[in-house]
Order: sequence, then C-alpha cells, then structure tokens
Amino acid sequence: MSPDLDFPLAARQVADERSGVFVRPRFFLWKLIVSAAASLLLLLILLFLVLPIIVIFPMSLGGANYLEFPPRGLTLRWYEQYLFDPDWRAATLFSLKIALATTLSATLVGTLAAIAFVRGNLPGKSLLQAITLSPMIIPHIVIAVAVFIAFSPLNLSGSFFGFLIAHTMLAVPYVVLTVVAALQRFDITLELAALNCGAGRIRAFLLVVLPNIRVGITSGAVFAFLASFDEATVAFFLSGVEGKTITRKMFEDIDFNLTPVIAAVSVVLTAISLIVMGALQVFNRDPVSARR
Amino acid sequence: MTAFKSLYRSMRRVLPSITRAGSWRQYPIGLSLILIAPLFLLLGFGFVYPVAQLLGQSFFAPEFGLGNYRRLLETPLYLKVLVRTVTIAAIVMIAALILGYPVALAMARIRRKLSGLVMACVLLPLWTSALVRSYAWIVILQRRGLVNDLLLGLGAVGEPLKLIYTQSAVIVAMTHVLLPFMILPIFGAIRMIPPELEQAARNLGAGQLSVFIKILLPLSLPGISAGCLMTFILALGFYVTPALVGGPGSLLMATLIGQQTTETLDWGFAGALSTVLLCVTLLIVVCFRNVLSNNRGISNVA
Repeated sequence: MSPDLDFPLAARQVADERSGVFVRPRFFLWKLIVSAAASLLLLLILLFLVLPIIVIFPMSLGGANYLEFPPRGLTLRWYEQYLFDPDWRAATLFSLKIALATTLSATLVGTLAAIAFVRGNLPGKSLLQAITLSPMIIPHIVIAVAVFIAFSPLNLSGSFFGFLIAHTMLAVPYVVLTVVAALQRFDITLELAALNCGAGRIRAFLLVVLPNIRVGITSGAVFAFLASFDEATVAFFLSGVEGKTITRKMFEDIDFNLTPVIAAVSVVLTAISLIVMGALQVFNRDPVSARR
Repeated sequence: MTAFKSLYRSMRRVLPSITRAGSWRQYPIGLSLILIAPLFLLLGFGFVYPVAQLLGQSFFAPEFGLGNYRRLLETPLYLKVLVRTVTIAAIVMIAALILGYPVALAMARIRRKLSGLVMACVLLPLWTSALVRSYAWIVILQRRGLVNDLLLGLGAVGEPLKLIYTQSAVIVAMTHVLLPFMILPIFGAIRMIPPELEQAARNLGAGQLSVFIKILLPLSLPGISAGCLMTFILALGFYVTPALVGGPGSLLMATLIGQQTTETLDWGFAGALSTVLLCVTLLIVVCFRNVLSNNRGISNVA
C-alpha cells in the first residue's frame, strides 16, 4: 500500500467526523470484543508467569506428608523441619557464606575492571571485554563440568575457595556491566572540576566519581549475590559431601524424596531473593537518581 | 587573594594535563593494567584454564585422536540428542516470543499503574531461582499434581495423565523459566518507539492491525532478535530444568554432558560433547550478531 492510496481513506474519515458519525455501532462492538479478548489473553499469560511461583506458598503450609492442592489444614511443620534439620542448616549457611564472599570479591574485582574499561588506556579493549562477558554466554553446563574436572585434583571441589572462585567468575560480568553503564553516564567534567579545585586524583575519585557511580555498584553487588545464591548448575557439580550448597541439597531432595520441606525451602529462597531486590530498589531510590 | 592564588596554582598544575589530549580523562596504561589484573587472574584460573582443559581432554582422553568425535557422529543416539536439543531450544524460543510479545507490548503501552503490575509479574519469576521454578512445575504436573487433579475433578480424564518427565513438560517449564529474557529486550525496544508514530499512522487511516504490522513490528525487531538470541542460547545449555522435569526420553545435550561427567566418568567424551555445544552456541551468537546489526540498519531507514 502506498501512501497516496491511504490518503483518500483519511479524507473520508475526516468527512465522517464532520458529519457527526464518529464510530459506527457495529464497528464499536467489534472493537470491544477484540480488546476484551486481548485483555483476557494478557491475563492468561501473566497467570502462566506468576501462578507456578505463587502455588508453592500454600504447598509449604499443607498438612499432608505428600504434596496436595488445595492443602488440608495449615501448619508450619515444614518450616520447622527445615530450620531444625542440621543438613539443611549447614547447606543454607554454606550458601550464604559463599554468596556474601562472592558479592564482596565480584564487586571489588568488577568495579576495578569497569574503571579500566571505561577510563583506562588498554590495548585490545573490545577483545578483553568479550572475554570478560563470555561466562554469561557460554552454557553453564560447560563451565560447571570444566570447573569440576579442573578443581577436583586441586582439592577445590566442595571447598569454600573453589566455590568463591567459580561463583565470582560467574558474577563478575553483571558487576562490570552495571558499573560500566554508570561510568558512561557519569559527567566527566565533574571530576575535572574537582581536580581544578585542588583535589588529587585519588581524592577526586573517592569523593566525586565513587558517589556518582554508587547506584551501578550496588546494583552489580545485588546481582552478584543472587548469581551466587540462586546458582544451581555449577553448585550441583562442584558440591562435595561436606561442602554442599542449598541449591545442591534441594536438587538432591527433589530427585529422591519430594516432601513439602522443599516447598518451604523454595519459599525461603524466593523470599530472600525478593527481599534483596526490594532492598536494592529502596536503597537506590534517592532524589539524585530519581531526577535523572 | 589567597583563593585566587590557589586557583591559579591548581590551574597551572592541571592545565598541562588537559592540553595533552585526553590524558586526564584516560588513566595511563600501567594503572589500567593493574586495575584489570585481578579480573584476568580470576578469569584465567577460574574460566579459561578449566574450559581449555575440558576441550583439550576431548582430543587426549582416553587416547590421542578424534575418537570421541567419531563416537559422537557414529552413534545415532547422540546425534538424536543434538538434534533434539536444537529443536527444543527453537520451540522454546518461538513459544516465548508468542507469549512474550503481547506482555512486552502491554508493559510499554498501557496506563502507568497497570504497567507497573505487569512489570511485577515479569520480574517476580526473573528474581526467583530457576531451581524453585522447575520444582514448581513438578508440583503442578506430577501424577497427583494440580493439572491432573483439575482434569480428574472435571471428569475430563478417567485416570491421571503422565505429564511430568516428558518432552512437553521440559518445553513448558523451560518456556516459563526463559520468558522474562524474551519480554525485557522487546519491552526495551517498544519503549523506544515514540507513540506519536502510531498516532500518526492511525490518523492517516491505518487500522490497528496495519499499525502493528507496519510500525510496531519492524521497529521492535532489534528487541525481538535480542530476546530470541538470549532465550535460544540459554535454552541450548540449560541444565537444571531438563534434569529435573525431563525424563530418559527427553535427554538433552546438557543432561547428557552431566551424565557423562558424574555417572559414566567419561571426561573425554564429556569434553567432546561440550565442544560441540560450545561451537553451536558461539556460531549462533556470531550469526545473530549480524542479524542484529542488519536489523538496526533497516529500522533506521524505515
């Protein structure tokens, strides 16, 4: 259809409107049906997205020994079992320890690298960036098996440091991406002003650049925490009998005894993720970033 | 006076560095290398060395040669797994596109309060562990699960259907897990299209359908390509969901690699399978990259 074919149609509509015929009734009904159908479709897709996650919550409160829906009788028994089981507790603490250490190391390493990427004079910068981001693209199963085979003879599998290295490597791209974005948004003349006013390079960085890229760093840190805490593939292969993450323990239990305890653990895991992301939203919503 | 003096002094200190083009903007090469060194030590030891060793093992274990690759090519089962992996990834990608586009469109175009609600529905699954979501699908699809209870209650079936541990269960669960990765890039692309373009088209007499086909769809193509690329490569190498929801009849590359590593302990063959999966992934990334940049060119002209 060429534009000059469309034009008479527009002219006709204008004419229609002048004569007071805004919408023909049959056309109006048709439109109503279409928009109702579209809303229904949207609602169904949204239910598909959300319902599977919401279903877990009533499951974790059910009274029966097996999974049933709707649950008969409400009980906190499964949460109790989760909290007082030494295996679950050890796995949860091990995961939290790894996730917190990963957050610290990934944020530090990633922020330094991001500064070098944006402000530094590096030969072959795009190649270095591609290598940095590749853990996001390479299938996690390949990374998991590779790390498992390489770390086993070094006694790093199932150990805190093995997990720290593997998870930091997986989490660092998120930090690099968010901090690079923040540094690119940062108005570089502010740093020049600080230098002009007599601040040294380090002072200007700490007092002017760092507060301005704070949002990028904290977002990166939160993504790094979740990338480690929720990570299941590498954790599945790298876990040992002693050092076992909560995701590996969950994986085993889903395969062998499907009790509602897993539903309770799922709710706890989801709650931790949501709390951490919610805290990030609140923490980053300051007047300065809101204006931007 | 002293203020002027100190300003002058600092100007004298800073000015030379400004006149040398970009030197205060750019850190010297030595400092840059020091800043990036920790990252490269980490990636070298934690990523490049293990992956290179795994790929290397495919040629050296158990003996030097291409034996592992010959085995892969000569066994129909393994070829079938490879084809099935690519097929399922493609189906998941298309399903995610069909389900994801309306959501992205709604998120970008409906009233602000409602769009926040839609956004929350997309972000909730994104922030939930893939493990939890796979478990949720087991709960829903198992023998005495939600779907079977519902069907039995309605009298639609006489006995529980076998829904879990099948190929379709893998497809449904993977589509659910990867859907946010499709929705968010498309949402980003549609949000960048000025609504005035659609208004102008409507004003010129275009119906809703032709506005969609001629304006929204072509201008959101970069988002569609990015979303498709993300979901496809993630689906190719996904381990958690197929391992939990899938059965022996729906073995995929990822689950096969896992099996070779932990059960049969054939690390050379696991390396060969990993190499193939890696090559397929990288090939698709390279191809789609071209498509991506082409699309941007087309949308700029349009």
